Amino acid sequence: METVAAVQMKNVTKRFGTVIANNQVNLELDRGEILSLLGENGSGKTTLMNMLAGIYYPDGGEIFVNGKEVSIRSPKDAYELGIGMIHQHFKLVDVFTAAENIVLGLKEAGRLDRKVIAARVREISSRYGFDIDPNQKVYDMTVSQKQTVEIVKVLYRGADILILDEPTAVLTPQETDKLFAVMRNMRDDGKALVIITHKLHEVMDVSDRVAVLRKGEYIGDVETRDTNPQKLTDMMVGHSVTLNIARPKMEKLTERIEVQHLTVKDPEGVNRLTDVSFTAYGGEILGVAGISGSGQKQLLEAIAGLQTPEAGSHILYKDSDGREHELIGRNPLDISRMGVALSFVPEDRLGMGLVGNMDLTDNMLLRSYLNGRGAFADRKAPKKLAEQVVKELEVVTPGVTTPVRKLSGGNVQKVLVGREIAMNPSVLMSAYAVRGLDINTSYTIYNLMTEQKMRGVAVIYVGEDLDVLLELCDRILVLCGGQVSGLVDGRTATKDGIGLMMTQLHGKEGKQ
Amino acid sequence: MKELISLFTSAIVFGSVILFGATGEILTEKSGNLNLGVPGIMYLGGIAGLVSAFFYEASAAHPVPFVAVLISLLCAFAAAALGGLIFSFLTISLRANQNVTGLTLTIFGSGVANFFGGSLNKLAGGVGQISVSVASSGYRAVTPLSKMGPVGELLFSYGFLAYLAVIVAIAVQLFLNRSRAGLNLRAVGENPGTADAAGIDVTKNKYLATCIGAGISGLGGLYYVMDYTKGTWANDGTIEGLGWLAVALVIFATWRSVNAIWGAYLFGLLFWVYLYIPGLARSTIELFKMLPYLVTIAVLIIVSLRNRKENQPPASLGLAYFREER
Repeated sequence: METVAAVQMKNVTKRFGTVIANNQVNLELDRGEILSLLGENGSGKTTLMNMLAGIYYPDGGEIFVNGKEVSIRSPKDAYELGIGMIHQHFKLVDVFTAAENIVLGLKEAGRLDRKVIAARVREISSRYGFDIDPNQKVYDMTVSQKQTVEIVKVLYRGADILILDEPTAVLTPQETDKLFAVMRNMRDDGKALVIITHKLHEVMDVSDRVAVLRKGEYIGDVETRDTNPQKLTDMMVGHSVTLNIARPKMEKLTERIEVQHLTVKDPEGVNRLTDVSFTAYGGEILGVAGISGSGQKQLLEAIAGLQTPEAGSHILYKDSDGREHELIGRNPLDISRMGVALSFVPEDRLGMGLVGNMDLTDNMLLRSYLNGRGAFADRKAPKKLAEQVVKELEVVTPGVTTPVRKLSGGNVQKVLVGREIAMNPSVLMSAYAVRGLDINTSYTIYNLMTEQKMRGVAVIYVGEDLDVLLELCDRILVLCGGQVSGLVDGRTATKDGIGLMMTQLHGKEGKQ
Repeated sequence: MKELISLFTSAIVFGSVILFGATGEILTEKSGNLNLGVPGIMYLGGIAGLVSAFFYEASAAHPVPFVAVLISLLCAFAAAALGGLIFSFLTISLRANQNVTGLTLTIFGSGVANFFGGSLNKLAGGVGQISVSVASSGYRAVTPLSKMGPVGELLFSYGFLAYLAVIVAIAVQLFLNRSRAGLNLRAVGENPGTADAAGIDVTKNKYLATCIGAGISGLGGLYYVMDYTKGTWANDGTIEGLGWLAVALVIFATWRSVNAIWGAYLFGLLFWVYLYIPGLARSTIELFKMLPYLVTIAVLIIVSLRNRKENQPPASLGLAYFREER
């Protein structure tokens, strides 16, 4: 009997506006195998799988399930085809028990008999070796237990094609081992599994085959036993592309920010940054590379005074007279008055930088509202500044009285950076400054950064495109799981080298 | 003894009004819709019941109490549900702000009701007070059991709506916690994104819960008009005050309609207790009338301190839902 692939995707294309997320991707998945889908951030892994799960609908190409062409328009369609996806963000109701979450929305006959459901859940758990209490409330669960509920939910609905989107990102090594054991049990039971990941050691550990995506393109697939981490890194990051970003070298560097042993915990008590130390100099662009969620956000926010670092952490700011100031413990207003500007937070561009419903002038006023005399804010200066920013940075807007939310992403970005630069900062921090911007606007932003650097500002640039980091930055700090895995010279570093550092810590496999 | 029994019976009558309001609002809020239009909706239910009963009694030669009750009951429910429909359309389909919409509905409902109530009083002529005695007598009919001494008076001396209020409260509780549809509805109120992904129709659930919930709340207004004030109308704003108490009762009951039953009677006791305390001046009476609200604040504080997830409002209460698009 000829074996029919569980899933076959042929020439699948997905666009978001002008951005192509997946371009003519071909992928095959067989029963009884674990396929790793490997790629950097933004390489289109999750988008591709979301098309199988019914979240997105492809713009082109065909999908075959069990040899038959299908059209998957909703998560319900996917369930009916036996496809279940476990998303990174769990879709669970906190105040419900595991069992209640598992049967949610199912149109089963009969009344809601919690005992029968619990028995079925236990049956599935014991078959694959899950550890789950059907009557436990979700809010009492650890992340790993919640994930188990998600997997059992999918199995309860009869899925035999399972997609796990970065399932280990939130797990401890022990929990990861348990998950992999369960995955192998499911594979041996004849199910088809896809694990989306960018951690090479996990790929080597759990999968039978690896398919690699890069910038939305399908690079190829290899049997896991025929490959090694170095080869996979090459496939994942590809060859360097020359971008021709100007990078003048400054002769005089001045110490600006010295971060010592910075440790930041999130509200759940998990370390997001562990013992991070580095120095940022005026007159250089310090790039920060790392897989998203490696602590970049916490690092910038700690410097801006928006995080509460653990005891023993120090962030020293050196002013132009050479005096040192401890930034930890100061409030964000003090810090920004000292000349530390946090700009561009595009994931949250409008959330933390600008107020969408307010116009350009009012957004400028956000920085200067304390300058006016008495109870009335001075509106003249900000209006002038807004007009100046619009003119100098070529912001496309009907006028300075237009609400910022009506502007396109690139123009919003320009308004934000224009305002921050107008503050005459001595430290300029930016995160994902060019995300979602077209190529010309991106270059405008790069040039603005470089201009600031030449004025002697210490620029900290968190980026995701390694090609850009390699051409824009003087030095690159690589984060891996909240720890510094390397600090390299931007002029001599290689893409491979940084790629490996992003996934591995000091030669060892990183936790993240 | 006699005084005590009359305190309890008036507490139960009072409680039944707000029990309807609270039960309906609990159903609505469990779908994630915070409808602050409860007072307005109770007004709508009350006036619709009164108007329909008035015209039936005016047109029929020999009005039958049962028919009068049936007509006014259906009209009250329908009018109140219509109020819920307005709220649903504005907040679910048009995603208007729920607080603003709810408060507007309160003002709208009380305006409509007082306009028609006042007009009816004028229409009735005479003393300027309408009275739908046939319908009201149907609502206030009691069984012979009420004659059985103090026990009979305490348990069986109420019109059928008082018992219906308890039955509806228990039914809502069972529906929410024991049925699949109830589980789905609660999921919508807790986490609509998850419910949507699980194939539950979020919009349909919210519409149904809000309209049916409003219909139930409206019966509180009907009970007030037909039983409490014996089929008359006064533009005195009492229903509005009772409506806000119903909203407070939802919080007091921590979103469990079974708790709302005894909570409603407790509110009734606290509200009337001033009548039985000798030597109160007019100003101190008003202080006593504040007690239900003070108790609600106390419950809020206690519940917040204990911080049990089950006692919290539905997680997405007050938030509009729309599917994430990229």
